[in-house]
Amino acid sequence: MKIHNINKHLLVAFTLFATFTSCKPKNSSDTISSDAASKVYVAPGHYDEFYNFVSGGFSGQLSTYGLPSGRLLKVIPVFSVDPEKGYGYSEETKPMLNTSHGFIPWDDLHHVQLSKTNGDYDGKWVFGNANNTPRVARIDLKTFRTAEIIELPNSAGNHSSPFITENTEYVVAGTRFSVPPDNTIGDIPINTYKKNFKGTLSFISVKKDDGDMKIAFQIQCPGFNFDLSRAGKGVSHGWFFFSCYNTEQANTLLEVNASQKDKDFILAVNWKKAEEYLKAGKGKKQSVRYAHNKYSEKTHTATSEMMNEVIVLDSKELKDLCYFIPCPKSPHGCDVSPTGEYIVGSGKLAAVIPVFGYEKMLKAIQAKDYIGEFEGIPVLKYESVLYGEVKKPGLGPLHTEFDNKGNAYTSFFVSSEVVKWNIKDLKVLDRAPTYYSVGHLCVAGGDSKNPNGKYLVAYNKITKDRYLPTGPELSQSAQLYDISGDKMKLILDFPTIGEPHYAQIAPADLIKNNSTKFFKIDENTNKYVSKGESNTKVVRNGKEVHVYMTAIRSHFSPDNIEGIKMGDDVYFHVTNLEQDWDVPHGFGIKGAANAELLIMPGETQTLKWTPDRVGIVPIYCTDFCSALHQEMQGYVRVSPAGSNVPLTFSLGTNIPKPDAEK
Amino acid sequence: MKNKQIGNTARVILFFTGLLLIAVLFVPIWRIELNAPQYPEGLSMSIYANRIGGNVDIINGLNHYIGMRTIHDKDFPEFVIIPYIIYFFSFLFVLTAVVANKKLLYGLFILFVSFGIIAMADFWKWEYQYGHDLNPDAAIKVPGMSYQPPLIGYKQLLNFGAYSIPDIGGWIFIFVGIVLLVILFSQSRSNK
Repeated sequence: MKIHNINKHLLVAFTLFATFTSCKPKNSSDTISSDAASKVYVAPGHYDEFYNFVSGGFSGQLSTYGLPSGRLLKVIPVFSVDPEKGYGYSEETKPMLNTSHGFIPWDDLHHVQLSKTNGDYDGKWVFGNANNTPRVARIDLKTFRTAEIIELPNSAGNHSSPFITENTEYVVAGTRFSVPPDNTIGDIPINTYKKNFKGTLSFISVKKDDGDMKIAFQIQCPGFNFDLSRAGKGVSHGWFFFSCYNTEQANTLLEVNASQKDKDFILAVNWKKAEEYLKAGKGKKQSVRYAHNKYSEKTHTATSEMMNEVIVLDSKELKDLCYFIPCPKSPHGCDVSPTGEYIVGSGKLAAVIPVFGYEKMLKAIQAKDYIGEFEGIPVLKYESVLYGEVKKPGLGPLHTEFDNKGNAYTSFFVSSEVVKWNIKDLKVLDRAPTYYSVGHLCVAGGDSKNPNGKYLVAYNKITKDRYLPTGPELSQSAQLYDISGDKMKLILDFPTIGEPHYAQIAPADLIKNNSTKFFKIDENTNKYVSKGESNTKVVRNGKEVHVYMTAIRSHFSPDNIEGIKMGDDVYFHVTNLEQDWDVPHGFGIKGAANAELLIMPGETQTLKWTPDRVGIVPIYCTDFCSALHQEMQGYVRVSPAGSNVPLTFSLGTNIPKPDAEK
Repeated sequence: MKNKQIGNTARVILFFTGLLLIAVLFVPIWRIELNAPQYPEGLSMSIYANRIGGNVDIINGLNHYIGMRTIHDKDFPEFVIIPYIIYFFSFLFVLTAVVANKKLLYGLFILFVSFGIIAMADFWKWEYQYGHDLNPDAAIKVPGMSYQPPLIGYKQLLNFGAYSIPDIGGWIFIFVGIVLLVILFSQSRSNK
């Protein structure tokens, strides 16, 4: 019967529909376990268990989050100015952003590394790289402030940086762009890349006690793009591994021209050997210019020194220094397992994840198991160095970090997932989707000798529908996974500043107790400090006026200043006299083409102000400091250039004369 | 027959309590603890024999709102005298132990207790002075409000809870006083 047939057809159609809908990938809410909220809930008044230092990408800053709550604790200004904190605006901090190109107000901070002792985080410093104008910064974890920035000569786009050796002997900086060395004439045709462009790796030594950075040496390498790197550790301590792409040496349309070869390279550098060569005087002194900037917590002032020499080791001439390991298709991450035995290469366009064995590499070097040379550097045989390949891991592998149970976690940009696999048998164990397109990932202690293995954070490039829409530009996002069990569990989304690249997760106990609460006023050696209100004054020096000012709850001293004239440059040197935790004072002045000052207790900071009109100009405290914060204000009188108003300053005494009141 | 000498056990105890008094020179005698919503970690002021310790600078900073005078070591002549008094008592305890004279023991007890009473009265007087002698131009003026901390115990002063208690040195004094009292009783009983 016809009707019967129609019913039959309908039934088939419904069955098919049902099958298709059940095949449809589950939406993300299904992947959240019911206990997720309790896992990330840190009750009011309680501390998080971990600090999460997250690169701010194109914001140029470093952000600090608490985990597992994902609460933003602080944005530390590093390579970009920060008017909120006066960073790059106050006279004291301006030298921090000085370079051989002069003052630069912005950069792009990609990668973050905590200082290490014996392969584990020691909680002293965190380093960051500037990807645009090549620099490395050291941030002091006592003050959570940028303590030092060093510029890198012979470099452009400091990308494979600031990766660190297991005792913080060196922080490295490999150039992303190869360029003609600084001491050569750069005015050459771009298409002479192969002949004239070089890739430089900088090894920055870090002093054990005070963290002072110095470019110990540079290694000149073939003109490739150096992408990422990791130091050997444990057994492989003494080696450094750099991923290279564009071994085609293209100088245009890299998208196509640098994706031609089947395999690019991971460069293995024997830095212990480099030290020997350096000692033996095999380095060549090269005349260059780069800035070295340091901030002192005693003078509360940064100084910028222009350096003019580096020592360069030539990878072409010096044998046993560098080796190339072939690695499939434009490797990005090259990550070293906790024991240092395995090096994981992640070819952005590769179908497998190759895992190289350190011992196998040594054997291949010893046996001279080469397939050729590239600009004097031996190229090892892929199969001889390979420990194994992770098959069908996903699409677009980028970065790998490790847990404490012998597992690796690799981010996949194209297939938008994190994949967990076992280092020994190379079997894929679990996959977790990310929302969306994960770039970097970070496991607590995941690049150290002893990973914690409790949490993993994925840093995603695309958020689309994850948060309330905010116009064309959307927040970037971090996603927290609980990796303590067999299956990875997504437990939290939290938005991030700028664009997060690498991050580090360290136990709070390692850092929190060393935090500076305030600076001792007795130890303040700023040139313009006023140690007490009795020392405040206003001094004219030609067209320069220096105001030695103090701030204490709830007044500035002086708070009435007269005798400033048009054409003057006025420097407000404000000392915060407070000696207690969490009592900063701010300083703002109407019409100043500058930022505010935010002055920590015991500190002196200077704001330069050039009056632009005659009149009365208010000043006030910008940081709500006390019940009488709104009373913390003052006035500056600006007179015409030729005026004979005398220079006076006072606090509480500039009151109307009695007869004037009548 | 009436025994005018102190027993040997008591003498030994007197000797050592005398030495113990020296320790009071190095530890805080009294403590005023302050708690407020903004100070979850608490603030405290410690009074030593010869100086004030603790968060006195922070407390001075806060007190300017209510117009209390700032507290400085040099404002207290007691800080010059008290160390000598402690040395004196220490010497007197040892002397009493050596000489073992009961009259001396009674004298020592009277002096020691008197000192305790005078010291507490003096402390109260200072507390009263700081709590009441307020700058009339102070930013915060609460009619009828004074800011005298308690002599001993707890009192709420605006947003601060003030808790005044003996510190190590104070407890040593109290301990020594009790020991002295016990010796006095035992020795006077042995008279019979």
